[in-house]
Amino acid sequence: MTYDQIAFEDRMGTVEFRVAERAHIVVDSDVCRSCTTKACVTACPANLFAPTSDGGILFNYEQCFECGTCYQVCNGEGAISWTYPDGGHGVVFRQG
Amino acid sequence: MAERAGEPSAQWDVVVVGAGPAGAAAALTAARAGARVVMVERGPFPGSKNVYGGVVYPRVLDDVLPGWWDEVPVQRWVTRRQTMMLTGHQALTVDFRTEAWGRPPYNGCTTFRADFDSWLAGKAVEAGAHLVTSTVVTELLQEGGRVVGVRTDRPDGDLRAGVVIAADGVNSFLAKEAGLLPRTQSEHLTLGVKEVLSLPREVIEERFGVTGDHGVDIEVLGCTRGISGGGFVYTNRDSVAVGVVVSIAGLAKAKVRAEDLVADLKAHPAIAPLVRDGQLKEYAAHLIPEGGYHEIPTLHADGFLVTGDAAGLTLAAGIWLEGVNFAIGSGLEAGRVAAAAAACGDTSKKGLSAYPKALKKSFVLQDHKRLRHAPDLVMSPRVQQQYPGMMADVVEGLFTVVNPAPKPAWSQLLRKAAKGNGVRFRDLVVDAARGARAFR
Repeated sequence: MTYDQIAFEDRMGTVEFRVAERAHIVVDSDVCRSCTTKACVTACPANLFAPTSDGGILFNYEQCFECGTCYQVCNGEGAISWTYPDGGHGVVFRQG
Repeated sequence: MAERAGEPSAQWDVVVVGAGPAGAAAALTAARAGARVVMVERGPFPGSKNVYGGVVYPRVLDDVLPGWWDEVPVQRWVTRRQTMMLTGHQALTVDFRTEAWGRPPYNGCTTFRADFDSWLAGKAVEAGAHLVTSTVVTELLQEGGRVVGVRTDRPDGDLRAGVVIAADGVNSFLAKEAGLLPRTQSEHLTLGVKEVLSLPREVIEERFGVTGDHGVDIEVLGCTRGISGGGFVYTNRDSVAVGVVVSIAGLAKAKVRAEDLVADLKAHPAIAPLVRDGQLKEYAAHLIPEGGYHEIPTLHADGFLVTGDAAGLTLAAGIWLEGVNFAIGSGLEAGRVAAAAAACGDTSKKGLSAYPKALKKSFVLQDHKRLRHAPDLVMSPRVQQQYPGMMADVVEGLFTVVNPAPKPAWSQLLRKAAKGNGVRFRDLVVDAARGARAFR
C-alpha cells in the first residue's frame, strides 16, 4: 500500500503562509546536541525540524502552523524559543 | 458609556486579546454593557489561526444573539452523529440521527472557523467594540503587581485598560506571563491534525446519507496506533474533513508522524469509502488543552481575566467533545464582569471574582466539574488500546453463525474477547466502576 498518496510538500502547499521576515522560532543547537529524544523532529506536524549529522537541529519557520507542539514536547530547557510571528504574518487557515 | 474608571489613565475599559470565540463573546457583552472595548487579533482576520474538529454547538448564543441560526455561517447542520470503535479490520458504530437537529433551534453545525469567528467578532463590532487585526500582543503591562494593559508589536502600540481579557488561545503567553499557566504542559495537550477533502455535494449526500444542508459527524476511537486520542470525520457542504487528535506526549514518545495516523484512518475499510477520491484542499494542525477540570488554572488576577482555550476550557469527555461553546460561554461572562468592574472602578482581583463565580453557576464549570474524571479515563491505555477490540470481538462473535455449533453464550463471548485483548476480569470491573463515576 502506498502509505500516503500525497507528497509532504504538496500537503503543505495547500496551506497559505504569509511569511514574516523575522523567524519566530529559534533553536539553540548546542542544547539539542545533548538531547537524546529530539521529540520535535517527528512531533512537529509541519515537519520543520531536521536532525543534523553533528547532533544538532536544523529548523525552518516559514511553513509553521503555530501550534506550539515543538516547544511543548521539547525537553531541552530553552532549546526552542517560540513566539508568535509578527502581526498579520504566518499561517492563514481558510477552512480550519 | 461607562465613566472613565479603573486606572485613571486607561484608554480602554477592556482590552480583549484574541478575536476567536472567547474574545468575540467577551467583547460583545462588554460593549453591550457600555464599556469601551478593543479586541486585538494577531491574524489578518478572526479565525485565521483557528482549527476545530467536529461540531460547533451555538445554543450558548440563544440569549445574546436570538435567531443566530438565520445568520451563522454554517456548512451543514449535524443531524447524524456516530461514535465508532475501530480495530485494524473491524468497526463497531453507534449511529444516531434525528431530523429535529435540522430545524430551529438546531443543535450543532459544521463551519469554517475563518467564517464563524469572523461572524462572531463582527457581532461584537456591531455592539460597539473595536477590532484591530494583524497585531500581536507581546506582553502585559503591569504596575505594582496588577495588569494595567498590554504592549503590542505596533509602534507606540501600548494599550492601557481597566481589565485585560486573555482570549489568546491554547498557548496563552499572557496567562503564562501572569503566572497562571505553566510554560509547558505536554501531558495535558493534544495535537489535532485535519485534512479537508474536496468532494462533490451529491457524492457527500450519497455516502453519508443526508440531504440539503444536513450533515454528519463521526468520532472514532481505536485508530491511533495505541497513542491516546481519537479520530474524526465530518461533512462540510462540498468537502469532508478527516483527522486525528492525539496526546502530544504520546505522539512524541511513539515517534510517529501525525499525517501518517490520518493516512491510517483514511485507509481503514470503514472510513475509506467515505473519503475516497477527495482532493486535499487544506491541511491544518492545532493544539487542544484536554486536561479537563483539574487543569483549569486560576481564572482571574488584578486587572486580568482568562477565557476559552487559554483557560483550558475544552471538554474532551469521550462522547462529548466540545470547545467553541465553552469558549463563548466563558467569554460572555468575562465581558459582563469586566464591564461591570470597570464601571464601578474596582478591577482588582476581588472586584473581578464575580467571573469564576459566574462560571461555576454556568455550564462552563458545571459540565467540567461533573465530568472531571472523564478525560483521564477516556485517554487511559485500556480504553484506548484494548476495549475497542474487545467490544468489536464480542459483537463479531454475536453475529458470526458457527453452525453446526450452537450460538455461544454472552458470558462466553465476553470472556473470550477479554482474554483475546489482554483484559483481565478485574480490570473490567474497575473500569466499569470508573466509567459509572466519570459519566454520572
